[in-house]
Amino acid sequence: MQPPSEMVHWLFGMGVLVLGLLMLAEVIVGREVWARRPWRAYLWPGLAFGLGVGMWPVMTFFTNSAIHMVAHGAWAQALMVMGGAELGLARGRLHSRWWKLATPIGIAVSGAAFLVHEQNGWFFARSAFLHHLVGWTLVGAALFPLALVFRPRSAVLKAAFALSVIALSVMLFADRDLAPVFGHLSPLAGPSHR
Amino acid sequence: MASQLVRELPADRAYANTRARVITLLGPSTVVAGIIWAIVQPYRLTLLHPHGQGFWWLAIEPPLLVAFAGIVFAVFVARPLVADLEDDATA
Repeated sequence: MQPPSEMVHWLFGMGVLVLGLLMLAEVIVGREVWARRPWRAYLWPGLAFGLGVGMWPVMTFFTNSAIHMVAHGAWAQALMVMGGAELGLARGRLHSRWWKLATPIGIAVSGAAFLVHEQNGWFFARSAFLHHLVGWTLVGAALFPLALVFRPRSAVLKAAFALSVIALSVMLFADRDLAPVFGHLSPLAGPSHR
Repeated sequence: MASQLVRELPADRAYANTRARVITLLGPSTVVAGIIWAIVQPYRLTLLHPHGQGFWWLAIEPPLLVAFAGIVFAVFVARPLVADLEDDATA
């Protein structure tokens, strides 16, 4: 009793939306107020780690092709390393700022995973279009946390990162297994549904 | 004769109030986005036409997921955050 893959995207879209809201809220209130309650520091790293854990069942059950399994597996590990590194930094167990590199790497691997496991062209169907769009968005968005490693106090970079995560959730919610994109739907994709 | 003393809020406090307002609005705005989506695309809510639908189509309703995310944020994150902002402003 496996859900259609579009539903997996929507569920992850919800998680990513909460992640984006948390990041945006942290930018708005500032680091000091955000850190007033210790549990809050673990929220977004914990959620990122959880999204990585959630990727394992996706790898296990959605075995359309070998590249799907490899992409989802690599993605799960990258998200877990990213969340784990941020949790370690929040807890104070990790001290080197270079651990912050786990986030841009995790985001970039996520983008690459989206791109490599979509083997159809952009206008094959909406899901193909969104896989390309999400993949390139993630690759681009990885530049924000990368820049934050060198400018950790930049509110502009943090806001841009948070907004790109929220944009990502919108893209995930827009995903459909079989639907046209801008009027294009390959006859090879099959009949569209609601 | 009654008189009123009007005092300007310190700039820091006004800024904190603005931030608190924005944080307070984030959750409800997300919920409203979910509701608007449900109104614009009612066919995305399978609960409105449940006949013949399987478990997953009845359990996973994308506009409701958006609204749910907004509620979770508003209740569990925004409320304590606004309280901390107000504490910070009065301190």
